[in-house]
Amino acid sequence: MSSKLPKETVLTGSSIIRALKKAQVRTVVALPDIVTCEHVLWPISGDKNFRLVQVCKEDEGIGICAGLSYCDHRAVLLIQHTGFLDSVNAIRAVAVEYRLPIVMLVGLQGMELDRLPAQSDSIGISSLEPICDALQLRHEVLAQESDVESLAAGIANAYQMSFPVVYFIVRSPV
Amino acid sequence: MMKRDEAFRILAGHYPDGIVVAVYQSAFDWMNVRPHPLNYLCTGAMGLASSHALGLAIGLPDEKIVVLDGDGSLLMNLGSLVTIANQAPENLVHIVCCNLIYEVNGKFPIPGAGHLSFKGIAREAGYRASFSFQELSKFESGIAQVLQTKGPVFVELHVEQGHIYPTDYVAVHSTESRLSFREAVQAKVAET
Repeated sequence: MSSKLPKETVLTGSSIIRALKKAQVRTVVALPDIVTCEHVLWPISGDKNFRLVQVCKEDEGIGICAGLSYCDHRAVLLIQHTGFLDSVNAIRAVAVEYRLPIVMLVGLQGMELDRLPAQSDSIGISSLEPICDALQLRHEVLAQESDVESLAAGIANAYQMSFPVVYFIVRSPV
Repeated sequence: MMKRDEAFRILAGHYPDGIVVAVYQSAFDWMNVRPHPLNYLCTGAMGLASSHALGLAIGLPDEKIVVLDGDGSLLMNLGSLVTIANQAPENLVHIVCCNLIYEVNGKFPIPGAGHLSFKGIAREAGYRASFSFQELSKFESGIAQVLQTKGPVFVELHVEQGHIYPTDYVAVHSTESRLSFREAVQAKVAET
């Protein structure tokens, strides 16, 4: 991927939801995020294929997904990047050090449309990938439809190999 | 006030083989009182025991899940009471050992010590049932009802330190502990 994104790049919520189903995700643990709420969270809330677990704080979701992982029950945590930052200790301990398949879909609130996270003027956003690198936490960017093609396989692989992974959603899906 | 390990012995007598999520000092007591591969000790970050337990309760709806939380731990994750009540897992029993101090962190008092009611918070959050036990004899006579009540059930257990067991953090956080728990869960699921 180039370092700049065309502003007209499109990402759809329906493709993300299809990928979750393909990856046999049964539970979505979520705290509403302005980036993903309209076209990912709202549709999931009405989809009988998913159980939605609303949390009051994002680090709860790390524990819930950990518990589910012991039951061979696939889940994803759908949150905003501020909640990711707030949950770093739980991610460090439970996801990274315990090497559990905690899959996070993280919306980047306030992300500039023509940039990638590293180029953001927001310290909260530009620091995300360095934080992941320091934690040895795998991370991917979902910026356009072609990025979503590997999402289902990525989730499945995280569960098969038991490791955490975070997907940064850089623009509001439509 | 009752000795924590004595209360745990009573619990173990009524709940010898089920899944238990335990944290910090409760975990050190519990793993000595009832060593078992279905002890889930790897809760990692402080405060998250009830959240791990909710994940297990959702993932294993036919198994009872008992969580042995601490009062200081629960204060870090009070929102989980709302989350759990909202999910309403019938198989979850949430026991909070209230000693009103951060026992492994210098025995400093928790905020609200002496006037805070965890039972009241859980009840208002929407737990289906809530209990409070001050005396061992009352807990002994009430535990069967606790375990039979449809969840989520909340239990406020007023305890003090009993026998001092080794604080085996290595065992709590070990890969072996997680692997043996996973294998035990899979074996239990295969049984049913």
